[in-house]
Amino acid sequence: MIGVISYLVFFSTIASILAIAVLGLNLQWGNTGLFNGGVAAFFGAGAYGMILLGGSAQPDRIGGFDLFYPLALIGGMLITGVLACVVGMLTLRLRHDYLAIATFGVAVAFENVVRNAEGLTGGAKGMRGFVRPFEAAVGNPFWFNILYFIFVVAALVAVYLFLEKLIRSPFGRLLRAIREDETAAQSLGKNPSRIRLTAFVTGSIIMGLAGGLYGTFYAFVSPQDVLPSLTFQIWAMLIVGGAGNNRGAIAGAFLIWAAWTASGWVLSRVAPVDVQIYLGTLQFILIGTIIVGMLMWRPQGLMPEKLVLSQSGDYPPGE
Amino acid sequence: MPDIVLRVENIVAGYVKDFPILWDVNLSLEKATITVIIGPNGAGKSTLIKVIAGIVKITSGSVWLGDKDIAGIRPDQMAEHGIAYVPQTDNIFRTLTIRQNLDLVLRNAGDKAGPRLDKLFTQFPPLASKQREKAGSLSGGQRQMLAVAMALAVEPSIILMDEPSAGLSPKAAEEVLGLARALTTTGVSILLVEQNVKQALRLADHCYILAEGRNQLDGSAADLLNDPVVGEIYLGGRRVGAA
Amino acid sequence: MIQYLVDGVLVGSILSLGAIGLTMVMHMLRFANFSHAELLSIGAYSALVFDGVFSAVLPQISASIGPLSLTWALLLSIVLAMAMTGLSAVIIDWLIFKRIRDKGDALSMVFASFGVALIIRNVIALIFGLKTHLYTQDIVFAVVISRDPLLMVKPDQVFGLFAALVIMLVLHYLLSRTTFGYALRAVAENPSLAQVSGIRLSRVVAITWIIGGALAAAAGVFYGLNNQISPVIGKDLVLPIFAATIVGGIGSVYGAVLGGFIVGIAASMALLILPSGYSPAVPFLIIMAVLLIRPNGLFGEART
Repeated sequence: MIGVISYLVFFSTIASILAIAVLGLNLQWGNTGLFNGGVAAFFGAGAYGMILLGGSAQPDRIGGFDLFYPLALIGGMLITGVLACVVGMLTLRLRHDYLAIATFGVAVAFENVVRNAEGLTGGAKGMRGFVRPFEAAVGNPFWFNILYFIFVVAALVAVYLFLEKLIRSPFGRLLRAIREDETAAQSLGKNPSRIRLTAFVTGSIIMGLAGGLYGTFYAFVSPQDVLPSLTFQIWAMLIVGGAGNNRGAIAGAFLIWAAWTASGWVLSRVAPVDVQIYLGTLQFILIGTIIVGMLMWRPQGLMPEKLVLSQSGDYPPGE
Repeated sequence: MPDIVLRVENIVAGYVKDFPILWDVNLSLEKATITVIIGPNGAGKSTLIKVIAGIVKITSGSVWLGDKDIAGIRPDQMAEHGIAYVPQTDNIFRTLTIRQNLDLVLRNAGDKAGPRLDKLFTQFPPLASKQREKAGSLSGGQRQMLAVAMALAVEPSIILMDEPSAGLSPKAAEEVLGLARALTTTGVSILLVEQNVKQALRLADHCYILAEGRNQLDGSAADLLNDPVVGEIYLGGRRVGAA
Repeated sequence: MIQYLVDGVLVGSILSLGAIGLTMVMHMLRFANFSHAELLSIGAYSALVFDGVFSAVLPQISASIGPLSLTWALLLSIVLAMAMTGLSAVIIDWLIFKRIRDKGDALSMVFASFGVALIIRNVIALIFGLKTHLYTQDIVFAVVISRDPLLMVKPDQVFGLFAALVIMLVLHYLLSRTTFGYALRAVAENPSLAQVSGIRLSRVVAITWIIGGALAAAAGVFYGLNNQISPVIGKDLVLPIFAATIVGGIGSVYGAVLGGFIVGIAASMALLILPSGYSPAVPFLIIMAVLLIRPNGLFGEART
């Protein structure tokens, strides 16, 4: 029994962390129409940043400031924000297909740097030296995981409420206006570039939060955690759930993560041993098929974007 | 009994599905005549031509070529129905040479391509002398000449022209319209849209006036040239149809 | 240093072949096709299969041609692989991209292309295994061309360059002297005028995929000949090929050719300054530089 609960807690913790990242992507793509091909880079920046700040000093690597955990987490988010700002200023004015290539390139470059810059990130060995906060105080790993899960869910709910409020605000209206018709928005005196950059950076910071929480959970991060496959998984989650819909984003995260872990579990039980090295291969075929299939048959996702009422009062106005 | 080669019947059409530009438009083109469509800006004149050419989708209505309804044909099927279309702008391929432009439209002509090319070069000597130049480097009048030559290359029985004299010097405009007149003597029927009302009405046999996507008036060009109602429509007076 | 330059040219020819197909499709269909690089994989593996079949059935043609490790069987296999990959490209478009295109969303096609790339890459891994393959088990020695400065090339690399140039020359002839080539260029310049001029768009789309696929197959085989054949060929080459396309300007075949060589040489010369671990990041830097300084590349035109 404890084993089942333990597994469910583990599953739900990861799913919730990924759901936070999907919410960030939804702000960028679903609400603002920005193509972020480099999700893994922003997720990674949050994870690496958090461990760099919150971990203890390691030989032949910089960092290790042993910062108080909440500060380390926020620090990771800020580092992500800076990265997003730089990338955004350089790329957001590009046409959508150029933006796709550029952001994809950012993720490739990020993974490449993180893998090679040993003095900065520990290189291929990854970044160690982080101890989970309060782990020693709680003592029992089972209860610690439950408490951490509650913390992650709290973060997820906070992000969800924040974003729901945001899209109902005047800023949210601006995002929709820019997504639908940029020249009209410009003629109203709004600065689309700055608004897009704000949305992009905000979404990236949310991804950085997810990365930081991920790094906290495993107390370790390595280049293997920032591969392009992570970007595809997060996209698949948003495509399945429904771009433009925050609830859909969370649902998509849980669904895809369930499919991913279930497929792994089934294959490890059912497949003969020599086929098991193809586990990852089969999972990627699954993810690819889900992405293509959804786009072909139900591109709006399971939960399509609802029309957002951002003004209270009579509707339709004037009738 | 006039010989009608092309008849457009109750056309409702537009670029975006629920927003038609043409409402219940009718038109007939007689053989070996020039019929001109005139009307204020935004009347839907170009759209009507594009509907016949298959570029704009029809919501409802028919386009009768003889006894065959060709509504909804693909634009690339026009040639096999004997129809050619000269767009108003961007009507030649700038990155190809004159010769390449003509070779392109003649590519399905088989062994008739050679004689047809010679005929076109005889008809349009400046194209022959400049045939190795890129079409983008030609003057406005020469580009228009090439566009007309490309239409003639498929030996059409019907030519659709969208403002053929637009952007041309008065002399060049006269030449193009004169060419249209000459073509009708060989049995070709021409449907053209024109902004220059006087010139068009002097040249054409029949005329249709379109405004706000609907038929307003039609008749022989000579009659309409002297009709006061024409002036009213043009100066924004009487309208038939939508308020 | 001249060794790096020559290596760059040799790699560049492979990137050029890959970039030509990508630039044509990107311009015509307005989407960044992240699955194009997987066509190189399909080509490389198809040739491997055909080569294996020929070696078993007609061992006479398994003789190497001169100093190359290339056999007559492989040469024939390259041609068949080009046809097979061209066909695959058209089928993939017809099955997947066209359906998404008809629904209207350009961004969806880019996402879908990522999905397609994942599927192709991993299906290949499933069928052929995760390990690498080679076209020949013979050890191939580089030939020393000069001792000072030191310059060594493998004969197969020279063949790859030569064959790539021949292919590009054939394509050039097609585009500049045949009415079919004019039709391709017409569609690239003005699709609606092209239709009005009697060109059937769906046919031109299909042929563009076939040409792109065929060229990518050749590039994949040359890459496999000079490195190794593995399921990650597409993953490794996707960014460099995009870089070549962007440098040359989207829509320009000649730009893609030039872009391929430029990226190849730049990536190679970068090894003079950067540690080799960073070389995958070089195409990214090139892309950012071009997008900042001259977004339309060398020969591209701005299009909405």
